[in-house]
Amino acid sequence: MESKIKDDTFLDEICAIPGGEGIRLCIQCGTCTASCPNAEKMEHTPSQLIAMARAGMREEVLSSNAMWYCLSCYLCTVRCPRGIKQTGLMHAFECLAVREGLSYAGSFTPTMYRSFNHFACALGSLPEFGFMTWFYILSNPLRAWRMMPIAWSMFRKGRLSIRARRLTPQATAQLRAILDKADALGGVS
Amino acid sequence: MKHYTYFPGCSASEGGAKAYNWSTLAVSKMLDVDLAELEDWNCCGSTPSGAMDELGAYCMAARDLALAEKKGLDMVTPCSACYVIFNRTNTYLNGYPRFKARVNEALAAGSLEYRGTLKVRHMLDVLTNDVGYNAIKSKVQKSLSGLKVAPYYGCQVVRPNFGFDHPENPQSLDKLVATLGAEPVSFPLKARCCGGSLIISEEDLALDLIHKILESAASNGAECLVSVCPLCQTNLDVYQSRVNKKYKTKYNLPVLFFTQLMGIAFGIDDKTLGLNTNVVSPSGVLDHIYNPISNMTAH
Repeated sequence: MESKIKDDTFLDEICAIPGGEGIRLCIQCGTCTASCPNAEKMEHTPSQLIAMARAGMREEVLSSNAMWYCLSCYLCTVRCPRGIKQTGLMHAFECLAVREGLSYAGSFTPTMYRSFNHFACALGSLPEFGFMTWFYILSNPLRAWRMMPIAWSMFRKGRLSIRARRLTPQATAQLRAILDKADALGGVS
Repeated sequence: MKHYTYFPGCSASEGGAKAYNWSTLAVSKMLDVDLAELEDWNCCGSTPSGAMDELGAYCMAARDLALAEKKGLDMVTPCSACYVIFNRTNTYLNGYPRFKARVNEALAAGSLEYRGTLKVRHMLDVLTNDVGYNAIKSKVQKSLSGLKVAPYYGCQVVRPNFGFDHPENPQSLDKLVATLGAEPVSFPLKARCCGGSLIISEEDLALDLIHKILESAASNGAECLVSVCPLCQTNLDVYQSRVNKKYKTKYNLPVLFFTQLMGIAFGIDDKTLGLNTNVVSPSGVLDHIYNPISNMTAH
């Protein structure tokens, strides 16, 4: 049987992300898991995910659905006795999973985030109606049907704008130039 | 007069939470707070962009920060998500010089530079700390006496801790509600998550969290909730019917933006405050304020 030598490249990769270096401080006390409103729905709890990352289990971590259930409520982050920014780690795992094309994980959250980001980058603002419609087309158009009562109740109260807020052409071009440059720089680290 | 750069955010400016923007502007005017909207601001990226492409998301937020820094005033936003994104960006840019240089390299493509000096505040912080409870009290014209309000903070206004209130047991909104003459009820889940944007992708999971929050408010006698975030308000208000259907409950709890409640106490008319945009109508609990005559005849 081939014995696997522990690979630290994944850990190094995480530590190079601003805020990611805290992962080395984890003592596996489980406070993050006990604080997480969604831990029971995750394939791996937040503390398991950290242990797996430290063990170099890159693919298992990045294909887990755990980070896609993170609500960014930051309860783990404010409670961690070692000062680890777990919510930031979850975001880092998400970005790495997206880059590797491992982002489906049985959850619709990656598709929703992608739709959001697509509009936010292209327009510089988020047209809620357009974004939701696009998300339902990409995920499961049948789910859009179930959304009709919600959409109607918002429309009736004047809360559903079809029109998007537009930036001036100069501002849109400026944002585009900045994001293109960021893309060319290729990542945070 | 106090001056700020104002960042309404997508939801409050053109999205589903316009009433939050209207009521914020209306009460700020009465309290001599000048809010100059940042020109040509872009979406802060919120949580979703930061989960897709970190550098791109930080650059989006940094463009706004760079534009606002030139104005030389604190920037204030009514949105808890924008508040967290900007403060997180500030923390990382100032804590990691190499990262800041990289973001500035991208900003330079748009002829911008961010030095990292801008302070970003939440509207709740500015109104309770800069304006203060006494000044707020002096504007109260209508009695909210007897109205039992659940002060709902949600997560991102107090977590991760950017410093103006306790991350798990905050008090500023409780005190504000009491200052307005209403009664803040004990509300153990006041700083727990409403499900955030996962209401769109994982509805069942978010409904469970919304249900717990409504249950906590109702079981403590609340007649309505107040919120400090466009997304929290939308989840608790718009999806309340969905919770009732799923859990066979009968909640009928209006969810007001905290600036709407302030405006009501200040005697601002219901249209200006956008009270007609609340899905669970607040008219039942506010009838004695807006229709004192019909209320008297009804009794």
